[in-house]
Amino acid sequence: MQIQLKIFRYNPEQDRKARFDVYSLDVDPTERVLDLLEEIKGFHDGSLAFRRSCAHGVCGSDAMRINGRNYLACKVLVRDLNTSEITVEPILGLPVIKDLIVDMTPFFDHYKAVLPYLINDEPLPADGKERLQSPEERERFDDTTKCILCAACTTACPPFWANGRYVGPAAIVNAHRFIYDSRDRGADRRLGILNDRDGVWRCRTVFNCTEACPRDIKITQAIAEVKRSLVSGKLE
Amino acid sequence: MTQNHQFEVVIVGGGGAGLMAAMYASRGAKTAVLSKLYPTRSHTGAAQGGVGAALGNLEEDHPEWHTYDTVKGSDYLGDQDAIEFMCQEAVQAVYDLEHMGLPFSRTPDGRIAQRPFGGHTNNITQKPVRRSCYAADRTGHMILQTLYQQCIKNQITFYDEFQVIDLMIENGAAAGVVAVELATGELHVFHAKAVVIATGGHGRVWEITSNAYAYTGDGVAMTLRRGIPAEDMEFFQFHPTGIIKLGILITEAVRGEGGILVNDKGERFMERYAPRVKDLASRDVISRAIYLEIREGRGIKGQRYVHLDVRPETVNKFAEIDGRTRPDGTPYRVTAQEILSKIPDITDFCQTYLGIDPVEQLIPIQPTAHYAMGGIPTDKYGRVVVDENNTVLPGLYSAGECACVSVHGANRLGTNSLVDLIVFGKYAGIHAAEFAAGAAFQPLPADPLDYTRQQIDRLRAGDGAEKVAQLSKEMKSVMFDDVGVFRTEQGLHTALDKVRELKDRFCHVNVSDQGKIFNMELMSAWELGNLLDLAEVTAVAALARTESRGAHAREDYPQRDDANWLKHSLAWLEDGAVRLGYKPVTVTKYEPKERTY
Repeated sequence: MQIQLKIFRYNPEQDRKARFDVYSLDVDPTERVLDLLEEIKGFHDGSLAFRRSCAHGVCGSDAMRINGRNYLACKVLVRDLNTSEITVEPILGLPVIKDLIVDMTPFFDHYKAVLPYLINDEPLPADGKERLQSPEERERFDDTTKCILCAACTTACPPFWANGRYVGPAAIVNAHRFIYDSRDRGADRRLGILNDRDGVWRCRTVFNCTEACPRDIKITQAIAEVKRSLVSGKLE
Repeated sequence: MTQNHQFEVVIVGGGGAGLMAAMYASRGAKTAVLSKLYPTRSHTGAAQGGVGAALGNLEEDHPEWHTYDTVKGSDYLGDQDAIEFMCQEAVQAVYDLEHMGLPFSRTPDGRIAQRPFGGHTNNITQKPVRRSCYAADRTGHMILQTLYQQCIKNQITFYDEFQVIDLMIENGAAAGVVAVELATGELHVFHAKAVVIATGGHGRVWEITSNAYAYTGDGVAMTLRRGIPAEDMEFFQFHPTGIIKLGILITEAVRGEGGILVNDKGERFMERYAPRVKDLASRDVISRAIYLEIREGRGIKGQRYVHLDVRPETVNKFAEIDGRTRPDGTPYRVTAQEILSKIPDITDFCQTYLGIDPVEQLIPIQPTAHYAMGGIPTDKYGRVVVDENNTVLPGLYSAGECACVSVHGANRLGTNSLVDLIVFGKYAGIHAAEFAAGAAFQPLPADPLDYTRQQIDRLRAGDGAEKVAQLSKEMKSVMFDDVGVFRTEQGLHTALDKVRELKDRFCHVNVSDQGKIFNMELMSAWELGNLLDLAEVTAVAALARTESRGAHAREDYPQRDDANWLKHSLAWLEDGAVRLGYKPVTVTKYEPKERTY
């Protein structure tokens, strides 16, 4: 099928302001948007810059705004967009460095701020083997272990656009992953960090994050669970 | 402007092996990790099915059995001392990961869950054994995330999106690396006492591949250019079940959970090729079987693919025929819901890329380039060894897919890539730090940037008659056709001629982007140079090896030939030509014998 592809372009070494380049392409409806970008970079304009690696939705490199919504470019097919006009822009709320590449530093800083690692200083089992955890305990935090840190959620979040100090959905998802892990002992510290003006309370339950997540994590629900724990003082 | 840094240990690559090395090296040495990606983008995260370790959580198992299975899987080309070490150490390494917080799936009594995987057997009954420790079908993702989390906790120094271009060697020892900072285009010199190379594989040489765009063999190509050989490069694994055309991996765990392969006539054809373990035979065996079915016209609709069937009625039918039981002895029967809960990511891939539901429809699959058994030669401590006598290059270490210990020999067993990177990543890190504690810094070369500048200038100097993407496409196509699952002398000559033609044409490549900031065009061109070097080395080594062993299947030499070929190849790049040498395989307990499944 014939499509029109509009790509956001900005090269800080040359351009005073951003522009859109437009290409007409003959594509197969089952092609990924990433395939189209590769086609442009490979055969039309080698200077196009974007991040990508695994090309099947597990590494989190290529979160982009495609027709106004956040997707991984490798996980959305042309046919999924139901239109012959495709516009690709960088994700919002992080500084654009070049073309589709944004500065991820603020995003990872928020992630690191919630202590995203297992905290447990108790002695290990005497036999040296695994700590025990029932399948039900494991299931409690299964959904939030799927996060690939692509930033699609955080950069779809209006409160984050309005205030970059907000930790954002991805950081809360990763805090959730440990808060409800029966092996972890750091929940109080994380909840303390999130019980802040720039913590969970900035969430306005817009559900943009949940819609944007390429891993189908129920992010709004995870945030609500953290809020509930803050109110009830219980880790249910 | 150049920036200079000094660390005792520099680790190149932020995947599983690199992060594991960083965790252990940083306990005793000032350590930095350089990665061309953000570490969590690394390809370890794409590993699905599990990490093998004889925990025996669900049934009897022993590291000795894991050792034997790995030796046999390697078609006896693996070094048995290293394999024994890896399989023994795997058990502790998996417990280490659990203690770090890895969310393994669990058994009803709360232990780490385990599932069957290709080539892993109970050595007495010879039936599949549950050895693969898993976290749903995203085990690699959980390993990568857990290690990155621990690195944050331990405040490891990272240089993210730094592309390492060159290894510095002075006085015969490692002296550090040179890297481009992608965000600025600046060159950085990292002076180090010890360097650990953990840059992953090079599956982007082939057209149909499960591998990430980043898998361009940077570490192996960089060391080749510095006079270090590459070992066993003719052995590259083609995983039997990649999504048709896209090559995206469908984990062996789908067959571990009871899925089977069928041809156009609806036959479970693996019965004919591996009567005992059938669809859980080794990957090389199954990939060849699929090719033979296709060649004999039994591909689906006569085309170049077959079906993977994991619909519950099929799984249950064949579980009954096979007499498969659960750990408690009851017959193995599953519901669609149970299957979906074991393979959620596979379900997602099928829906996203094929528009099908795997518990209701058949999955079209074809073999896909997957894993480099060969790479930078090391011993079992991760030390790089540079000749037929295993002479150590002081201060240089390597681990993970880019390294060749060799534990995988001619064919890697499923789950053993993750075993390799946690065990040898750990020991490379420990030994690099120990070495650094007792060594002085080598002096830096007079002009540390010289060779890096030469490489970059050459890419900018071409006349622009050739495009990186076009050369890349032609390389992938000929390598998949002629240096793939089956090989012949004629095909290998065709491939070699083509790759050499592409290398000539590569001199004309011109990078249109003259900028410094995120010049991804320049980096892609540099990566293609790496791939072309590795493609040539692979084809030359494959042409020389006139036998069939593991993943290297020569139609003109269909038998394994232990008398002449029970040896590792070493390939050097010298003045643009490949020179081959060989070194013996370490055989301890297991004498080579015929390999059947």
